[in-house]
Amino acid sequence: MWTTIKRIMRAGFLGFWRNGFVTLSAVLVMAVTLFVLGSLVFTGVILNSTLTELKSKVDMNIYFTTDAPEDKVIEVKDALKGLPTVANAQYLSREDALAAFRERHANDQLTLQALEELGDNPLGAVINVQAKDPTQYDSIAKFVSEMPVIIEGSMLDKINYYDERQRVAIERLTRITNSANQLGFALIILLAFITVAITFNTIRLVIYTSRDEIAVMRLVGADQMYVRAPFMIEGILYGASAGLVTLVLFYPFTYWLGKTTQSFFGGINVFSYYLLHFPLFFALIIGSGIILGGISSFLAVRRYLTI
Amino acid sequence: MGYDSEMIYYDRVSKIYPGDSVALEEVSFTVEPGEFISIVGHSGAGKTTLLKMLLAEEQPSSGAVFFESINIHDISKREMNSIRRKMGTVFQDYRLLPQKTAYENIAFAMEAAGRTEEEIRSDVPHVLELVDLGDKMNNFPGELSGGERQRVAIARAIVNQPDIIIADEPTGNLDPINTYDVVQILKRINDLGTTVILTTHNKGVVDSVGKRVITMDRGKVVRDDREGKYIL
Repeated sequence: MWTTIKRIMRAGFLGFWRNGFVTLSAVLVMAVTLFVLGSLVFTGVILNSTLTELKSKVDMNIYFTTDAPEDKVIEVKDALKGLPTVANAQYLSREDALAAFRERHANDQLTLQALEELGDNPLGAVINVQAKDPTQYDSIAKFVSEMPVIIEGSMLDKINYYDERQRVAIERLTRITNSANQLGFALIILLAFITVAITFNTIRLVIYTSRDEIAVMRLVGADQMYVRAPFMIEGILYGASAGLVTLVLFYPFTYWLGKTTQSFFGGINVFSYYLLHFPLFFALIIGSGIILGGISSFLAVRRYLTI
Repeated sequence: MGYDSEMIYYDRVSKIYPGDSVALEEVSFTVEPGEFISIVGHSGAGKTTLLKMLLAEEQPSSGAVFFESINIHDISKREMNSIRRKMGTVFQDYRLLPQKTAYENIAFAMEAAGRTEEEIRSDVPHVLELVDLGDKMNNFPGELSGGERQRVAIARAIVNQPDIIIADEPTGNLDPINTYDVVQILKRINDLGTTVILTTHNKGVVDSVGKRVITMDRGKVVRDDREGKYIL
């Protein structure tokens, strides 16, 4: 048994090695598919991180009147925190708000002077809210303005949340992400199909060039598996080497892409993402290569190697 | 069905190719273990088709072929493979692998039959000795003469110790001296107990064997002589 496995492996490796040019072309074609597959993962990562970044910049500020009692405001904040749609709610007291205002206008002597003239703190307390999803701000705002404690005390000054421009940007980005995923999926299916077809033909060619050896194997009554398995090993080797080629190519590719995209989209650097998640990419790319190569050679062997 | 001692039994085998071209017509005969049978006839008489039936490369249009009491057209490919391991084949065109040496050609057949490395190391030189090619084991087929190549092919056919050797026109490409050598080797193999079926249209081969001769003409067995000569 072990001897047979050893011989099958050796025959597979020899075929892979000796059919140099055929091997090269099969590996290159498969590498293109795997490269597109990997690129799609990176595109997804860039788009998603940009989206998260943009979403986290979107928030809602609830401004209270200057005479709103602190305990009531904290009561509102706690109620908000209890909502399932709210990711975070932060209370900013009147003093904190003033300090933040001073800091923001530290270089603006005129405004600071005007503030001094007033004597009293003109700013009310603020609750900063971050929703889990940007589409939920409408309902949160509605919830706040209808709270009994707010209506009774008439302590609400105003509610500010994202403006129309942000909303459009987020919606557009969500759409782009979705259609990019769909397009990418269609592209992968198409390329996988082409890869299978080409690997299929490559194996067919290899079977054709080995027909003498196959005839001799038949004559001496070799088992089907013994004749077929080396060709499947060959196909799997095509896939695995195409995967390795792709992984190597991604190193300079993501390095270059990381520099360009980080400054443009903000968010994460694909190069460090690639290095950080290398085991995952290794499994994904090599695994897909092996599956593609294995399937196509299995089909070719079944179709063309009648024993 | 048939006799108990038979090894091969052709039971009214016919083969009709599309277009009503009759290759075999109601052929029946038996082969006993240890026999040496020469099948003779003109080209197109059906000799090769007869052998292809035995190797299960062709299906009969009607009738059946039994090998050791098994209908070989009624079994799975896997079972047929195990039967093929009991048959050694030799062809007119040698069918050696050109990029392997004589030694490797024979070793390849043993590997495909699942034999161990030790068996290969001990058996290959032995069979090459048997066909008088002990000194040429590291030569490639291109470096050997036609007769030597055919002897390598015979060594390959017998190395897995088959029950029967099927030789389809083994001397077809050889000069008289090499033909004589090949026939002597086949006779020696037969003397060691292996059944041999040989097809030929060479009168000298048949006469020098001097054993059972089946004569075919236009798909039919026209003569079956116990100690026959080539008569047509």
